[in-house]
Amino acid sequence: MIPEIGHFALILALCLAIAQAVFPLAGSLNNTPSWVALARPLAWGQALFLGIAIGALTYSFLVNDFSVSYVAYNSNTRLPIVYKISAVWGAHEGSLLLWAFFLGAWGAAIAIFSRHLAREVVGRVLAVMGMINIGFLLFMLITSNPFERMFPIPAEGRDLNPLLQDPGLALHPPTLYLGYVGFSVAFGFAIAALIGGRLDASWARWSRPWTTVAWVWLTLGITIGSWWAYYELGWGGWWFWDPVENASFMPWLAGTALMHSLAVTEKRGAFRSWTVMLALLAFSLSLLGTFLVRSGVLTSVHAFAADPARGLFILIFLLVVVGGSLALYAWRAPTIFGGGRFDLISRESFLLGNNLLLTVLTFLILFGTLAPLIYDAMNWGKISVGFPWFNRMFLMVTPFLAILLGFGPLMHWKRTDGAALMRKLRIAAIVSIVIGLIGFWPAISNGSLLVPLGLFLAAWLVTSLVVSIRDRLKHKRGLGGFLSDFGSSGGRSYYGMVLGHLGVAMFILGATMVSNHGIEKDVRMAPGESAEISGYRFVFDGVTRTPGPNFIANRGKFRVFRGDDEITILEPEKRTYLVQQMPMTEAAIDWGLTRDLYVSLGEDLGGGDWSMRLYYKPFVRWIWLGGLFMAFGGILAVTDPRYRSLKRKKKQEAPAGAAAPASLATENN
Amino acid sequence: MKILKTLVFLGMLLATGMAGATALSSYTFDSKEEEQAFRDFTAELRCLVCQNQSLAESDADLADDLRREVYTMWRQGRPQEEIIDFLVSRYGDFVLYDPPLKPSTYILWFGPFLLFVAGVVVLMRTLKRKNEDREVELTEEDKQRLSELLQDANENQDSKI
Repeated sequence: MIPEIGHFALILALCLAIAQAVFPLAGSLNNTPSWVALARPLAWGQALFLGIAIGALTYSFLVNDFSVSYVAYNSNTRLPIVYKISAVWGAHEGSLLLWAFFLGAWGAAIAIFSRHLAREVVGRVLAVMGMINIGFLLFMLITSNPFERMFPIPAEGRDLNPLLQDPGLALHPPTLYLGYVGFSVAFGFAIAALIGGRLDASWARWSRPWTTVAWVWLTLGITIGSWWAYYELGWGGWWFWDPVENASFMPWLAGTALMHSLAVTEKRGAFRSWTVMLALLAFSLSLLGTFLVRSGVLTSVHAFAADPARGLFILIFLLVVVGGSLALYAWRAPTIFGGGRFDLISRESFLLGNNLLLTVLTFLILFGTLAPLIYDAMNWGKISVGFPWFNRMFLMVTPFLAILLGFGPLMHWKRTDGAALMRKLRIAAIVSIVIGLIGFWPAISNGSLLVPLGLFLAAWLVTSLVVSIRDRLKHKRGLGGFLSDFGSSGGRSYYGMVLGHLGVAMFILGATMVSNHGIEKDVRMAPGESAEISGYRFVFDGVTRTPGPNFIANRGKFRVFRGDDEITILEPEKRTYLVQQMPMTEAAIDWGLTRDLYVSLGEDLGGGDWSMRLYYKPFVRWIWLGGLFMAFGGILAVTDPRYRSLKRKKKQEAPAGAAAPASLATENN
Repeated sequence: MKILKTLVFLGMLLATGMAGATALSSYTFDSKEEEQAFRDFTAELRCLVCQNQSLAESDADLADDLRREVYTMWRQGRPQEEIIDFLVSRYGDFVLYDPPLKPSTYILWFGPFLLFVAGVVVLMRTLKRKNEDREVELTEEDKQRLSELLQDANENQDSKI
């Protein structure tokens, strides 16, 4: 019964999405306010029914309803409750449902936080989001229904893929999807603006916080994903340029470019058509990413999709969305003029440079990801494009980006005095060059030119940020000065930017160190033996069999010594999940800010001997800390008081009742 | 070919070694450096039956066989180029994570440069145009009209709230 309610809710959500796509848009074009006014209730309704649908699926998981084939294939009576919930989005059908639900939720968020906005605009934005959800709901109902029943009903489920039975994976898809779907808001605004022909600073100011919030989620999603891959896959790496990883990285790059470009459009009215283009690009890449992953086209390079109907649907949907939006852009964008002039040395031109490099990176990764498909399709032979190619191309572009980034925060709009800028940055440049030169010292460089480069860039980012903060606070003294600046309008935006850029520096440092100083060792040990890497001695105390809820583990015990001090005990596991009979390594990690010690258990070689891998990973945490800093910077920026001044104004003018919504929206003047 | 690629990418060829490694514990090497070199070498070879894993890290049986074969050739002191040629003749370019430089892959290797150059050209032209743009001077009449419009806008706004 409950699954049928979920199924029915999906169908109702589709009906509402169709209405939401048609009436508000049509009403905004033929001046029928009553049609436009439908947008908000419809958005609410859609979020509600999609909520019911996802609730019904969760319920089916919790009560082990194996008559639902999605549940039967992805759950088991012995699966811990947490993973029963995360199994909801653990496979194809459910993750599509999560996607659609988030789209509904973002729609409802717009309905709440946009009361001050012109109704036509809200109507159009919600109409565009309705159109997108039509695509997703149709896709689900036609090819991938999560509520499909199966007969005969199996007595026991097939269990969730053991790789996914992990807290990292419980969090990774929802955060990533919130980011992907969040860009649909920016997309909706761009389309609405193209239709209405109004693309001004207020448009930019309004889409800015939404874009930043989506970007924050995507940043968190990618960070969590990388961290999960690091500890769960037992390979000690954090990024492999796998197509699935690239699929999330491309919209992130485009979204990063979009955030910066929106700043110019808001403050200076320039780059308007470019900003719109980036908004279209960021969401198109999100869609492409979702579908590349979901269709299986990239995991198995040989077949377009496991199910040809799915593949075809995906292809058509992508063509409609990307083609349609590009056609609209080609038709309407030439009518968009604007922006004042600016000098060669100005914040505008540097942000344009940032945009150029980010876009080049995006297309580069897109190209490398799709190249095997293109070669296959054109009969040019089968090729692989892997991490050596990506690393090389990536490293060609990113140093320029990092150098520009150091200048950016110190630039003025319109015109910057080049000589004064050089004076300000002189010390920062000297310090970072010296640090870079120190990096050539063999003990530090470890024979790689990338170490001095990485150290130089990280130092350059940090020192130039320090100069920027000093410049900003030059008329304010002490902690009080800082706090008053922090609380001022625009203060949190600025410090959010500082944190975000600091995150980039941390990432560069972490990636440089772990890539060039990481040590790994494959050893065979018998109980009582020990092995040493980088001054740490691992004493192997043997393996014991330990049962878990739905698996049996061989748990190894290692005592780790530094000199004569025992610093920690590591207990890596090799698990065999009972249902799928799949072996899984569960690495044990002693983490620290300057290094991780990482042990992963290999094979039982008989007679108590085991093979195992030991890793020494210096500064690897800085990679994800950098990601968290970037995300936190974004959060700080959207909580800036200037985005809330409207709320205050409303409260002052309507003191009785009518609690103003906690608006993300921007001031009107 | 290798030389050309190295020239093209200057020092960037110095591998960064982002990939992991696996069960080499049963192999013997003369030195730590040799072990690391072997690991780096196999990290750039694709396990043919895995989803997307290198020969260095895959636990699949087929990967194990191939790894052993590569190891044997390696210990015989055959140069890396020769091992690569052997693998490519058997499995095609698909086995190489680092795609080879040859006429059919020129686009893969030089495409990004074209993209980069095209981007820089567009950037330069935009900057030049923006630099030459004149700031529009407002006439007295324009200014008056502007202030009227602003007045209207403010009143509208107040009535809305």
